[in-house]
Amino acid sequence: MKVSMTVNGKAASADVEPRTLLVEYLRDHLELTGTHVGCDTGQCGACTVHLDGRAVKACSVLAGQAEGAEVTTIEGLANGSEELHPMQAAFREYHGLQCGFCTPGMVMAAVDLVKTHPGASDETIREQLEGNICRCTGYENIVRAVKAGAASMGGQ
Amino acid sequence: MSDQDTAIGAPAKRKEDRRFLTGEGRYTDDIDLHGQVYAYFLRSPHAHARINGIDTSEAMNAPGVLAIFTGEDLAADGVGGLPCGWEITDVNGEPMKEPPHPPLAQGKVRYVGDHVAVVIAESYYQAKDAAELVDVDYDMLDAVVSPADALEPGKPLVHDDIPNNQCYVWELGDRGAVDDAFDKAAHVTRLDLVNNRLIPNALEPRAAVANYSKGEDQYTLYTTSQNPHVIRLLMSAFVLNLPEHKVRVVAPDVGGGFGSKIFHYAEEAVLTWASRKVGRPIKWTAERVESFLSDAHGRDHVTHAELALDENGKFLAMRVDTKANMGAYLSTFASSVPTILYATLLAGQYTTPAIHCQVTAAFTNTSPVDAYRGAGRPEATYVVERLVSAAGREMGLDQAEIRRRNFIPKDAFPYQTPVALNYDVGDYDATLTEAMKVADVDGFDARRQEALRRGRYRGLGYSTYIEACGLAPSNIAGALGARAGLYEAGEIRLHPTGKVTVFTGSHSHGQGHETTFAQIVSDRLGLPFDDVEVVHGDTDRIAFGMGTYGSRSLAVGGSALMKALDKVIDKSRKIAAHMLEASEADIEYADGVFKVAGTDKSITTAEIAFSAYVPHNYPLEELEPGLDESAFYDPTNFTYPAGSHICEVEVDPETGKVQVVNFTAVDDFGNVINPMIVEGQVHGGLAQGIGQALLEGCVYDPESGQLVTGTYMDYTMPRADDLPSFKVGTKNTPCTHNPLGVKGCGEAGAIGSPPAVIDAIIDALAPLGVTNLDMPATPARVWEAINKAGATRAA
Repeated sequence: MKVSMTVNGKAASADVEPRTLLVEYLRDHLELTGTHVGCDTGQCGACTVHLDGRAVKACSVLAGQAEGAEVTTIEGLANGSEELHPMQAAFREYHGLQCGFCTPGMVMAAVDLVKTHPGASDETIREQLEGNICRCTGYENIVRAVKAGAASMGGQ
Repeated sequence: MSDQDTAIGAPAKRKEDRRFLTGEGRYTDDIDLHGQVYAYFLRSPHAHARINGIDTSEAMNAPGVLAIFTGEDLAADGVGGLPCGWEITDVNGEPMKEPPHPPLAQGKVRYVGDHVAVVIAESYYQAKDAAELVDVDYDMLDAVVSPADALEPGKPLVHDDIPNNQCYVWELGDRGAVDDAFDKAAHVTRLDLVNNRLIPNALEPRAAVANYSKGEDQYTLYTTSQNPHVIRLLMSAFVLNLPEHKVRVVAPDVGGGFGSKIFHYAEEAVLTWASRKVGRPIKWTAERVESFLSDAHGRDHVTHAELALDENGKFLAMRVDTKANMGAYLSTFASSVPTILYATLLAGQYTTPAIHCQVTAAFTNTSPVDAYRGAGRPEATYVVERLVSAAGREMGLDQAEIRRRNFIPKDAFPYQTPVALNYDVGDYDATLTEAMKVADVDGFDARRQEALRRGRYRGLGYSTYIEACGLAPSNIAGALGARAGLYEAGEIRLHPTGKVTVFTGSHSHGQGHETTFAQIVSDRLGLPFDDVEVVHGDTDRIAFGMGTYGSRSLAVGGSALMKALDKVIDKSRKIAAHMLEASEADIEYADGVFKVAGTDKSITTAEIAFSAYVPHNYPLEELEPGLDESAFYDPTNFTYPAGSHICEVEVDPETGKVQVVNFTAVDDFGNVINPMIVEGQVHGGLAQGIGQALLEGCVYDPESGQLVTGTYMDYTMPRADDLPSFKVGTKNTPCTHNPLGVKGCGEAGAIGSPPAVIDAIIDALAPLGVTNLDMPATPARVWEAINKAGATRAA
């Protein structure tokens, strides 16, 4: 089946098997390998992308379900700018990443969190990131980064 | 250009972050080769079964299928078994029992997830679909999953020719001296302990892409490894019998390891072999369930431990008897973990004069067990610290006091323990004092009272741990049965433009070597941080390496770079002498400038590098062109990071729910190159240690041998809201025997924290009569302990 959508501001379409997941479509057909797969059960959150402006786990969405949608991945977060998005910059500043594997999903979830929970406390940030597993950082610096990223995003 | 402080000791932001933050990291699963096909491994659904036959005919006819291979195909082609790198000698003088470990099962399957066949097809879905059509005729056998069970007579035999499933019995220490000391003891503390089995769960599942180039007669394997050179060595020399110079192994960006990516796995060898058979590049990426089933697991000890004390709480002797689970086969370093890396740490930070440890290793119908963050040292720390804390409670001694009475004093180093190790330096009282200050131990009673008014029980738990890192002095390792040396290699190449490429045999999979190593090189050569590039993870680019594990990268890999830097500076001095027309003895070096003593004549490292490649007037019989130096560094001793962890918990007695409200870690890591990275390593280790103590536990069904905790639905990974905000600090004493004075920090958090958490809970619940608790201390387990203690007291 053919699926078409807008990914990082560009029109994209491909012929895929109906069982193709959005994350497979992004990685295997569009070669956007920044979105990672860490589990098969929708728990780890490494594949988090924005679908029509909302954070979703791209392993839990069929490519076909995203027909006609606007998708943003980590590659498109900075809008093609050489500068990092404020949330990306905050993760670097606060050492909120180590191996980098959960990072794209974590950053995409964090950007969404800022929109849905402006001015979030540490506790709220921790609760809201419950769906993104990081095995490296112990989350301490992720929480610091999300707070700082939220501040520099101006609470948007 | 870098606008930040990048000197040694500065918290430089990481070089690698930009690519990871923008989706430009390149992990194994991100690599696609032209003409690539896909592998799916058919795995055993049974814990233990005889294979009567495998019928692949229907599967071979499925769409897209190119080949299906089984253990018989590998055997027919002379493919060997996966080797174990450490030979342990049994107390009877015989070598350990070392059963064959075929990459694809032959005759029997021995754990759920054991590799039965590989299906190779044009697409992954086609390979997976076809695997369902492979007809395996199994005769199911009874299974055994726990080490204690497996060693009982009459239990099912994992390997038909290994009696009682016993791999080895091994001992360390003076049994007679220990027995004598126990006879004279005023008090003996006894504990039965379980060190729960863990599944490492690096977030990147294992993956491999293998390619055989017929034109060049060259194999390339991309793999999720912590040590690509070791994989090349093991695979070439022992499994596939390939000439090593025709094999390239690349470990690109790797998404966490924690030990689980040290080992040479079946999939790596099978894919490499099959890529030649099929004539196409082959890719395999584990699904998470395959990670749960077939990554090497960690821990899994059952221990009885005893501590003898005199009437003043001074330790007289320790006696430890451990049963350790090896799983179904011996993984690469499995045999060394519950022996060399465990019993040698039982002195902890204390002057215990006599220690004896016996370890019995068992085969079971479970995934192989091997090194996981800390590897043996968390298990040792758990035994020592649980004993010390229990002894303190039993004897009415304050937890800090019983420790201080037994610490090796800071003026007693170097200190020879009764369990083989020679500690070079430390100041244990300093980290404890600082940790108690940071944890506000003085204010604890008030917090405990306040919690009690809310119906909650608060407790404090201590762990003053030591570890042996910087694996390893090859001389010592060899004497203890290691079949490899454990040095590290490094190379510093200055380019004519004054830029530098650093090649290291260490491998970074989150630790930030590209930053830390660049800080060292930039600092030492006086060249800009941004002009230094660190290369790792490719056997074709780096001459040799032993990789990253055991907190060794900086202590051993960094030291190799320091040696190479010394050679670069020595040669630069010669070049400077020539260029400045001075005697070499008169050249002074500091901060990237070579100067003729007492003059204003000088030349920079960058100018020297240019000259080295444009040697128009070199005295060639005395001075070779070029500026590229390499070194191997083999340590003379282990390093001994140590520290004090203090955990404060609050327990809800109604639900058994434990909340870690404060966690303090003050560590001694020796000199610190990048404190930001060190702090991050501690955070991550603490999360894994607290995870072990409260949340994580691998469960195999004791009857069927099925893995019950095989997804993130069932195996509890620590999430952000499970963990507290950590308070961490350092009180450092520089290592005395490596050029950087560093000790290593990667495992400390996971080693020190579990007993602190458990003893905090026991401390909290002591008023209710709770005296012991096993990990993971889940709400159900804590609730049960409270109620059992209550029932006992009521009776």
